[in-house]
Amino acid sequence: MAYALVLVVLAGVIYLISGPLRAAHRPDDPEGETADVAELEAARDAKYREIRDAELDARTGKLSDEDYADLDGSLRAEAVQILHQLDEARSHEEVPSGS
Amino acid sequence: MAGAGRVLLILCLLSSFYGLGASLYGARTGQTEWVDSGRRAMYSVLGMSAIAFVILDVAFISSDFSYNIVASGSSTTTPFLYRAAAIWSTQQGSLLLWVMLLSFWSSLALFLTRRRVREIVPYAQSVLLGFSIFFVGLIVLFANPFATRANPPVEGAGLDPLLRHTTMMVHPPMLYSGFTLLLVPFAFCIGALMSGRLGAEWIQVTRRFALAGWLCLGLGLLLGARWSYTELGWGGYWEWDPVENAALMPFLVCTAYIHSIMIQEKRGMLKVWNASLILLAGTLAIVGDFLVRSGILSSIHAFVSDPTLNVAFVVLISTMVLGSVWLVTYRRSALSSDHRLDSLVSREGVFLLQNMVLVALAAVVFWLTFFPLISEALTGQQTSVGPPVFAHFVVPLALVVVALSGIGPIISWRRVTVAKLKRSFAFPVAVGLGILVLLAFVSGVTQHVFAYIMFGLGGFVVASVAQEFFRGARARRAMTGESPGRALVALVERNRRRYGGYLVHAGVAVALVGVAGSTSFQHQRFATLKPGQSVHLDGYTLRYTHPTAQASAQKISFGAALAVTKGGHHVTTLHTSYGLYPSLDALQPIGRFLNTSDGAQTESRVGLDSGALRDLWVVISPNLGPLQSLVSQGDAKFSSAILAAERAPAAQRASQLNTIFQLRDVFINDVAQRFVSRPWASTFLVEVSPLVMWLWIGAIIAGLGGLIALWPVPRRSPAGVRPVRRRRGRLGTLPARSPGTVPEPERERELV
Repeated sequence: MAYALVLVVLAGVIYLISGPLRAAHRPDDPEGETADVAELEAARDAKYREIRDAELDARTGKLSDEDYADLDGSLRAEAVQILHQLDEARSHEEVPSGS
Repeated sequence: MAGAGRVLLILCLLSSFYGLGASLYGARTGQTEWVDSGRRAMYSVLGMSAIAFVILDVAFISSDFSYNIVASGSSTTTPFLYRAAAIWSTQQGSLLLWVMLLSFWSSLALFLTRRRVREIVPYAQSVLLGFSIFFVGLIVLFANPFATRANPPVEGAGLDPLLRHTTMMVHPPMLYSGFTLLLVPFAFCIGALMSGRLGAEWIQVTRRFALAGWLCLGLGLLLGARWSYTELGWGGYWEWDPVENAALMPFLVCTAYIHSIMIQEKRGMLKVWNASLILLAGTLAIVGDFLVRSGILSSIHAFVSDPTLNVAFVVLISTMVLGSVWLVTYRRSALSSDHRLDSLVSREGVFLLQNMVLVALAAVVFWLTFFPLISEALTGQQTSVGPPVFAHFVVPLALVVVALSGIGPIISWRRVTVAKLKRSFAFPVAVGLGILVLLAFVSGVTQHVFAYIMFGLGGFVVASVAQEFFRGARARRAMTGESPGRALVALVERNRRRYGGYLVHAGVAVALVGVAGSTSFQHQRFATLKPGQSVHLDGYTLRYTHPTAQASAQKISFGAALAVTKGGHHVTTLHTSYGLYPSLDALQPIGRFLNTSDGAQTESRVGLDSGALRDLWVVISPNLGPLQSLVSQGDAKFSSAILAAERAPAAQRASQLNTIFQLRDVFINDVAQRFVSRPWASTFLVEVSPLVMWLWIGAIIAGLGGLIALWPVPRRSPAGVRPVRRRRGRLGTLPARSPGTVPEPERERELV
């Protein structure tokens, strides 16, 4: 019983671990992200959150209208810049260099 | 199955080594299939360690005493649930639990990031597999839980009576989960430093693991405090024990980290600080485990000291510290901030100050915890540091943290104006000051000044959080027309991180008010009473009405019932008891049941009446001196009888011994009943502690807030918007900010 358990587990582990190596020459996972895109997406999400936080701060009376307008404008400008960079990074990802 | 368990652990070790090699090879060559294979090695460690754990737990549940640790840590008379949990009362079993939890959280993190942060993951994976190698290696080489014996005893030594408590079934797994969860962001930080990808993405993918680690450590600390309060019988819930502090230190540093990463995410600042904090938190998690396992500092919670394990842990901790310092120094130029702080009077400024105070708190706790070792190294003599010394340094810092936790929610990011500050602070400050003035007027503040300040600050924090909820819900109502309740729920639902965090602040403030009240205004006294006699404390009269006693072959308990009255009115009846569990090793047939000097283990059951304003708490310490002559006589008689029976012919030996043991049980019962039939004076520790319940309530509120902040926000994908991949040209028109809308996830889409 114990030997059978160990053998079954060992076979399962070898099968599990060797899976990616057996299918080694497959094309890259299309859902995967490059590091640049991941970094920019993280920056974009953080900027969105910052915009929302600023708006919530304004609505709950912690920011004056002038400060909020100023802050929101600059945050949105930064967001647009990140989105431009993201579009560019993605286009590099979609169109291989040299083609 | 013991052999199978051991082989599985060896396979875990081999799999970890393979995974580490495959991950590093994949990272160096860029061949992702090797990284994927390494990740699966971690999954296999989880599977095999889980099977090994089940094999061992089945041995505990079925009382298979051929396993050494089952014989030493369980017995047939241990209740089922405690037998199932007894596995982590042993060094070997708890190491196996640690490996299973480490591989579980590591596997979850690696699964969730299998298509993300691809340059960081291989290194993070290597670090996690490195931890796996270390802990599985300890088990395989030095602490084998599957060690067996050829001639198993018919009965086990039993679970330590102090651990027979409901919270003890959850407390260790919770703390170990907290420690092992913190190793996930630690590993990803190392991965980010090694790969040079030092943006905020590694923080984003591991933020929930840090938060979950914080939550588990907090819950573990709470359960430990509850166990201490209701089981240990010394009258408190926190004693600055080294093992308690072991979980508190990473908890404090993680609290700082959870706040400061928001600044990096938003502003690209504090990269060095955040990396240092999580590296410190991860290292302190290992230090915490080291303190539990090494026994180098005297603690009721620690395992027996094992020099081999100690050396291994010191090597690991040194490697973590030196490696972390080297990596941060090596990457210091890449870790420079993208922006500068706009103003110190902003939420960033408050977070920074709070971070410094929290780290100072952790440093104070670290210094005082290790002071006995430091003093021994310097003077050759261990000098212990008691709770008053801790309180002297910790209380002022804790007050600053509480004050900042009230200021943070009501101050905006980046900048504030004086007018807005006044508007935001008016109500919370009025509440805080109102409480202070009221307390000063009612009681006259002459002592316990810090406690009064804590009450005022507690009111300030709760008011600031309540104001935030009110204003947020009001703003939402104004825009959507929802009912107040619906607006509040929707507000929290759509801003879980922010409002969950606010709830944590309120909960911690409430808990610390409970701590301040119960420690500063506690009334406590020892009283030696005979049945019918009373003790008076803080307006309450506790009358020792009658003694109680119960005896069996497994346990003897001596107890008391006390009627509590106030102003002549009955308040409650408290029952307390003192239990003795017989030693299996001692020779004295009666003494081993009743004398701790003969190895009998003890436990206390506290008599407790909890209320919103005060707890009545009592514990008995029965004087067993009057029974000693009976015990000595019994030992002499039964020893000679047992000796005679053992010399009898084999055919008669069993029946004679059986008769002797039956007579012994009757005798023990008679001895115990003496406590009831001819009662003598017993000593009681009696306490009236105000506001203790608010400690538990505050902790539950904080835990609820942590869960809300942890809960993932469902990603909404409005029709017509492709959520992931966009093509060039999609970005062009940035919709104008519409003043009449509440920020919602959909608004994020509007930006593109």
